[in-house]
Amino acid sequence: MHEMALTESLVALVEEAASETGFHQARTVVVEIGTLSAVDPEAIRFCFDAVSRGTVAEGARLEIRLIPGSGWCLGCGKMVPLTERFGACPDCGGSHVQMCAGDELRLKEVEIG
Amino acid sequence: MCTVCGCGETTGSPHSHGHAHGSHDHPPLQDHGHSHDHDHDHPHPPEIEGALGAVHLPGLAPERIVRIERDILSRNNAHAAANRARLASAGQFSLNLMSSPGAGKTTLLVRLIEELGGRLPLAVIEGDQQTAHDAERIRATGVPAVQINTGKGCHLDAHAVGHALDELTLEPGGALMIENVGNLVCPAGFDLGETRRVVLLSVTEGEDKPLKYPDIFAFADLLLVTKSDLLPHLEFDLAGCVANARRVNPRLRVLVVSARDGTGLAPLADWVRAEASLAAATAQAIAPR
Repeated sequence: MHEMALTESLVALVEEAASETGFHQARTVVVEIGTLSAVDPEAIRFCFDAVSRGTVAEGARLEIRLIPGSGWCLGCGKMVPLTERFGACPDCGGSHVQMCAGDELRLKEVEIG
Repeated sequence: MCTVCGCGETTGSPHSHGHAHGSHDHPPLQDHGHSHDHDHDHPHPPEIEGALGAVHLPGLAPERIVRIERDILSRNNAHAAANRARLASAGQFSLNLMSSPGAGKTTLLVRLIEELGGRLPLAVIEGDQQTAHDAERIRATGVPAVQINTGKGCHLDAHAVGHALDELTLEPGGALMIENVGNLVCPAGFDLGETRRVVLLSVTEGEDKPLKYPDIFAFADLLLVTKSDLLPHLEFDLAGCVANARRVNPRLRVLVVSARDGTGLAPLADWVRAEASLAAATAQAIAPR
């Protein structure tokens, strides 16, 4: 359940943004999570309700944008979709694929009321 | 004191701020002298308009967007960078040992300490959810050890390690061994500021572990295949295991070891000595004169 620690970091980033820009209540917290990251989005959602209590993020809607995996296949010389982290190229079957997207774990923005 | 978030003992005035904790409880040795609430009562109208560039037009909903674009691990990474700088300037080589529970981290560590034979200054940080058993096992060898109990936490984070460093006297040219919480998943995302990451996989676990739990093998520099003395009793495909691990991480170095019969301990100790010597030489060369 490292999602609890990650959610604590997420809420701390929202609190930091609140103190930097002076808002008091987040309405929506938008995060990007790559589908190949070692994170379960539903676990983040579960933790968010508990961790955000008593913070500027309490009661805020958590919007999770899933980023699909993709990588650059050295064999094909092009971008290919990836469904597992160290997966092979779906076209040539080669394993020399450099992951380019899918391991995101980012606080994107906060909508304030 | 923690230079990243400012927590810990401080000579400054009491203050409030938010900072990232992993889900660890602070060990009793770390008494915070301040609160963590972060509610303001005072408005910041000029900043909010300036920072957001937002104009409230009549008839439009007042929602505004604060763009942040920050990695959720950025706070841990800042603590890790501080630890790394601190260890580098102290001329310390440091290891982060990771594995599933029961792969033999503590036993191997005790045997490695014996193999190093007291010639290298050593220190150990032990991470477990509960108990100080592992730190006690290390202290029995004469090496100083700090236990971090993570409570419900499933991994060590850089913040907790930074506080544990406060409790240790690090001698230049020495090696710091950090034994992570037994877990093949969660430690993979959390940089502690270590020089090298070592993942242990015991031969009783199955050769497909690197494919089932790829992140930690991709994160590591060295794979130690442990309990090799059991190989004659098992159907463990050692070559297949190494091939699986290298599929995930082509640069992964591999050593087969046994704490029981001593296989691989001499080259492991040689590697630690060489790395420690390098860390000390680098620190000495770049130290301000």
